[in-house]
Amino acid sequence: MRFSTLIKHPADWMTGEGADNAIVLTSRVRLARNLAGTPFPGWAKKKQRTEVLERLRPAVEALPRMRDAFSQELDSLSSVQKQVMVERHLISREHAARGEGSAAVIERRQSVAIMLNEEDHLRMQSIRPGLKLTEAYEAVNEVDDVLAEQLEYAFDAELGYLTTCPTNLGTGMRGSAMLHLPALVLSDQIGQVLQAVNKIGLAVRGLFGEGTESLGNLFQISNQSTLGESEETILRRLERVISQVANHEANARERLLEDDPDMVCDKIGRAYGVLRHAWLIPSKEALTHLSLLRLGGNLGFFPEESVALCDALLTEIQPAHLQMHSGRKLSPEERDAIRAEIVRSRLQSLEPPDIRSIKKTGEEDSPPDLGIT
Amino acid sequence: MNCDNCGKPAKVHLTQLVGGQVKKIALCNECAKQKGVTDPTGFALADMLLGGSQAKPSLVPATPGKDARRCADCGFTLEDLKRIRRFGCGTCYQTFREEVNQMIRGMHKGTSHCGKVPDGLIEMQMRQKRLDELRGRLEQAVSAENYEEAAGLRDEIRRLESEVANAD
Repeated sequence: MRFSTLIKHPADWMTGEGADNAIVLTSRVRLARNLAGTPFPGWAKKKQRTEVLERLRPAVEALPRMRDAFSQELDSLSSVQKQVMVERHLISREHAARGEGSAAVIERRQSVAIMLNEEDHLRMQSIRPGLKLTEAYEAVNEVDDVLAEQLEYAFDAELGYLTTCPTNLGTGMRGSAMLHLPALVLSDQIGQVLQAVNKIGLAVRGLFGEGTESLGNLFQISNQSTLGESEETILRRLERVISQVANHEANARERLLEDDPDMVCDKIGRAYGVLRHAWLIPSKEALTHLSLLRLGGNLGFFPEESVALCDALLTEIQPAHLQMHSGRKLSPEERDAIRAEIVRSRLQSLEPPDIRSIKKTGEEDSPPDLGIT
Repeated sequence: MNCDNCGKPAKVHLTQLVGGQVKKIALCNECAKQKGVTDPTGFALADMLLGGSQAKPSLVPATPGKDARRCADCGFTLEDLKRIRRFGCGTCYQTFREEVNQMIRGMHKGTSHCGKVPDGLIEMQMRQKRLDELRGRLEQAVSAENYEEAAGLRDEIRRLESEVANAD
């Protein structure tokens, strides 16, 4: 499969098809595995890395799931192409920085993606829309079972799967979910909630994982501990905590609408106004407003399809996507202009927020005209 | 971040190990030049942090020989481990077991694996164990001139060996 084909068709988890993704956008599970008897990628000599790749790649490409898959060595991709894949969460930032001897194999539907010679020999991930950690685990576990029949993994009875970094020992499994938490942010409860999550030993990160800032009110929650508990126990705790956070968010949304409907309407109306009419929009500002527009979609201010539209835009306005879109290197100012252009054209047919839909309770028949229509 | 010396925006960031502790310092260009940071040998962070006249931090390398352990499979050393906090290969986890145990304490919910075990691998390891055992018994049987038992053991070993070959 060609790069352009891969990129043209967004995955089901990107559009949220067939899942409740109002608060939990996606669930992701990744497994780290290494081969026995050969150095880990970071310590291997170039020749050893190439040999590992020659062993792994046929096995991975032969997986039933990987029929007609996208399979490329990273040094055959341009830096923009690699960055686009990072922005789509198909490969990691660390993987994009690698070249010779590393490869990515991505299922046609993009729900399973496998990185070869990342920090570990194999990093396999599965992404599903909504809160579906078990489903994601099952998909990646099945891939792991098939590969384990042909490859001898580095495994120790006491330490489990052996990984380059001891933080991944044991199960080698990291489960995570991407949550959209605008109401917890607006009501200043986010710090408290995230602190509680941290206390249980789970990690909270921004949009692009480790060391990234939280943008667009998007947060990633994942397990930190990989050793000493079974996959099932880890995922069950993670799923429980994530659904609790999602509940808090749902309650916060309801309370915001009850306590301060004008503030909510104002924020969403302004976001709509800026996105529809801005001519230059920096990434951070766009993400902030798209987050509010998405919230508006969930609350019924906009038709349901607007949520998928926001999710698609979250990816499309990232720097590498903009460069791919325009086919050349862009200065930051040019990026802001093209970003605004894309947002405007995508939102062209989106009607102004339907404020009446949320003001119906306890209001007289003719609500005040807020002057947005 | 601002210069620790004069408060102007910092351009030079230094990290130095002083008496086993990590000390970080930020300096603007002027102060960095003044303190001789451009010439690393002429600069002692300790002097600045501790007021100038303290003893120089010891930069003597660890005594050779003591820490010279090296992974037999991949050549990874204890020094490498201390530097990158990652391992070179699966065997390193045996070579540096003590250090591993120290590192994982507090890192995870437990210290021993109770999750998935690769099917084939355990079978392979069990078969290998059984083969080792049978070979030991065969040797004993032969030296005890118990040929009947030895023949039975030999057949059993051949059968297992062919299974291993087929599995490959």
